[in-house]
Amino acid sequence: MPYRAHMMVCAGTGCVANRSLEVRDALQSEIEKRGLGEQVQVVTTGCNGFCGVGPLLVVQPEGIFYQQLTPKQLPLLVEEHFVKGRPVPKLMYQPPEAAAPVPKMGDIPFFGRQRLIALRNRGLIDPEKIGDYIARDGYAALVKVLTEMTPDEVIEEIKSAGLRGRGGAGFITGVKWEKVRQAEETPKYIICNGDEGDPGAFMDRSIFESDPHSVLEGMLIGAYAMGARQGVVYIRNEYPLAVQRIHIAIEQAREHGLLGEEILGKDFSFDVSVTRGAGAFVCGEETALIASVEGRLGDPRSRPPYPAQEGLLGKPTCINNVETWANVSPIILQGAKWYSEIGTGNSKGTKVFSLVGKINNTGLVEVPMGITLRELIYDIGGGIPDGKKFKAVQTGGPSGGCIPAGLMDVPLLYEDRGGKRTADDFLDLPIDFESLTGVGSMMGSGGLVVMDEDTCMVDVSRYFLAFTQDESCGACTPCREGTQLMLDILTKITEGRGTHDDIRALEEIAWVVKQTSLCGLGKTAPNPVLTTLRYFRDEYISHIDKRKCPARVCRELNTYRIDPVICVEKGHGCGVCKRECPEDAIFGEKKTAHRVDDNLCRKCGVCVDVCHFNAVIVE
Amino acid sequence: MPKLSLEDLARMREEARRTTLLREGAGRVKITVHMGTCGIAAGARQVMDAVLGEVEQRGLVDVLVVSSGCAGLCSREPMATVEVTGEAPVKYVELNPQKVKEVFATHVVGGAIAEPYALALGSERTL
Repeated sequence: MPYRAHMMVCAGTGCVANRSLEVRDALQSEIEKRGLGEQVQVVTTGCNGFCGVGPLLVVQPEGIFYQQLTPKQLPLLVEEHFVKGRPVPKLMYQPPEAAAPVPKMGDIPFFGRQRLIALRNRGLIDPEKIGDYIARDGYAALVKVLTEMTPDEVIEEIKSAGLRGRGGAGFITGVKWEKVRQAEETPKYIICNGDEGDPGAFMDRSIFESDPHSVLEGMLIGAYAMGARQGVVYIRNEYPLAVQRIHIAIEQAREHGLLGEEILGKDFSFDVSVTRGAGAFVCGEETALIASVEGRLGDPRSRPPYPAQEGLLGKPTCINNVETWANVSPIILQGAKWYSEIGTGNSKGTKVFSLVGKINNTGLVEVPMGITLRELIYDIGGGIPDGKKFKAVQTGGPSGGCIPAGLMDVPLLYEDRGGKRTADDFLDLPIDFESLTGVGSMMGSGGLVVMDEDTCMVDVSRYFLAFTQDESCGACTPCREGTQLMLDILTKITEGRGTHDDIRALEEIAWVVKQTSLCGLGKTAPNPVLTTLRYFRDEYISHIDKRKCPARVCRELNTYRIDPVICVEKGHGCGVCKRECPEDAIFGEKKTAHRVDDNLCRKCGVCVDVCHFNAVIVE
Repeated sequence: MPKLSLEDLARMREEARRTTLLREGAGRVKITVHMGTCGIAAGARQVMDAVLGEVEQRGLVDVLVVSSGCAGLCSREPMATVEVTGEAPVKYVELNPQKVKEVFATHVVGGAIAEPYALALGSERTL
């Protein structure tokens, strides 16, 4: 018998960490207990995208969206919704400023504003079942290229669609494919770059988890177009669920003859192997990644020759990002014209962003190119929690920069005036707001870390430098020494020992590292420093001149004071702070005002955390 | 498993599509069985089973079956609403498995309202 409802339980990493598998099992047993097993199907899906409110359940066909579920709530949910037919409002999502919960997924602004291409199957299929993928036009694009298109026509289609690499640099995908096709050496290889290393980014992981076959189909089409017989999926070992699902997908595709010899009875053979990366950030760089696949140390080398000429094992190789591959099939099926009508100018299609940090709706979103930060952060992201002020957004991870709130209405594009635009180009623009507004801000790989007024930009810049310094492979001097020097200076400033000469030195070193490093890691590592110096210079100055951290993040620069009135009137001199202070730096008797001795205080901040009456003031 | 040919893949797609169509919330006909306490007491479960059975037996792929609460006319339960896309919804009353069969033949497949069991056209206005 057909089912009358499908219960789509999210099993992305975020929801699994919130125990969605327990929710699924409890749901299944409750459904069976109620004798509904033949009417209602429980389906495990990949990441739904709204990770901030997991575990999630979407009931289809109505599209009712339940969130933050626990196994305990399920008897109620099953009885009300499936036995009595009454959806349960108290388990639904209520947007921060809305008066009532919103029952339907499509009506929640977080989902309603998105346009899904790379994530077209998320939440709609079980990623471990090839049949689910096939039902949603899976492998239909492969059939189309094998039966109706020549390899050159495929490349032309991808080129005229205007698809660009989604890993960050934004190189035109069709051109890369053409170069590999034209290379004379054989065999040729194609690689899927799933070495997603930016802190706060999880686009690639989510695609592997929710729709692994979309990546395989993209690679198959690429292999047909470029004449490759062997492909490699490079994926971080710290993504266990993604690794597991891509393995299952490859096994199923092989069983069905969609990978292997003479695919679908045609004269086309292709297979894929998986290489797991150990988690070095530099291995996301294509030459380092190739070295890692070959079993060597993940060190980058200088280019040219580019991988399209000499890549894996010295042979022509095409490396594309996970999201790029996932975009291939829809372009083939719907056509280049359809795709190129989405987005703007030279930035076509959609982009997946992971929206994290100080934002209400944490999660994974896919939106058309050209959207502004304001739409992303306020309309989709639901704004900043606790009524705080939006300060900046960090895009593109450690290689990207911080875009200040003032640039919120700038559309997100790869470029402005033709030609490739990367993080580097953004930094070369004039500093004034008008010219930046005119040219758009930069994209990066898709990590968006939102920061509010409580974030110290000097500290952020120090955090990212600490990351790149740690991840620098040490092969070239500018990156190895430069990142260390910059980190030392930033640490000095956050500890209140900085001088104006330090800012000058910081800028000079940043430019040298940028200009002279061997690979992308070093070339982009100074970006967080340079953008924060540009837009938030006053914060640096405050750390140096006033020895104050405006966001009160840098503890060394804070002083702690107890408001005597609040302490006595509200707290009756309770003495919790005195008891908890590890340095015994707080003095005072019960029922009288307490005070902090500056000479003894080590600025740990425990007093702030333990005071029930908010009597401790940080300055 | 033997290797797929082009035809196998197309067949596999059709079969799989039947089960997954429901998730997209799109279909030609939507049948709502009203399963409030009153409906269930009057036999809505059997009606639901009959509706699902008909969909299965006739191999329909474009019919969505959902449940909802009491429709407000408890005395004439079990009730179901049949909504063909683009047409006004029709409410059927005092259903049983036999009547469900007729509603399927006349309305869901035939396209004409099964008048003997129909209560009224349309739904109440909300808000």
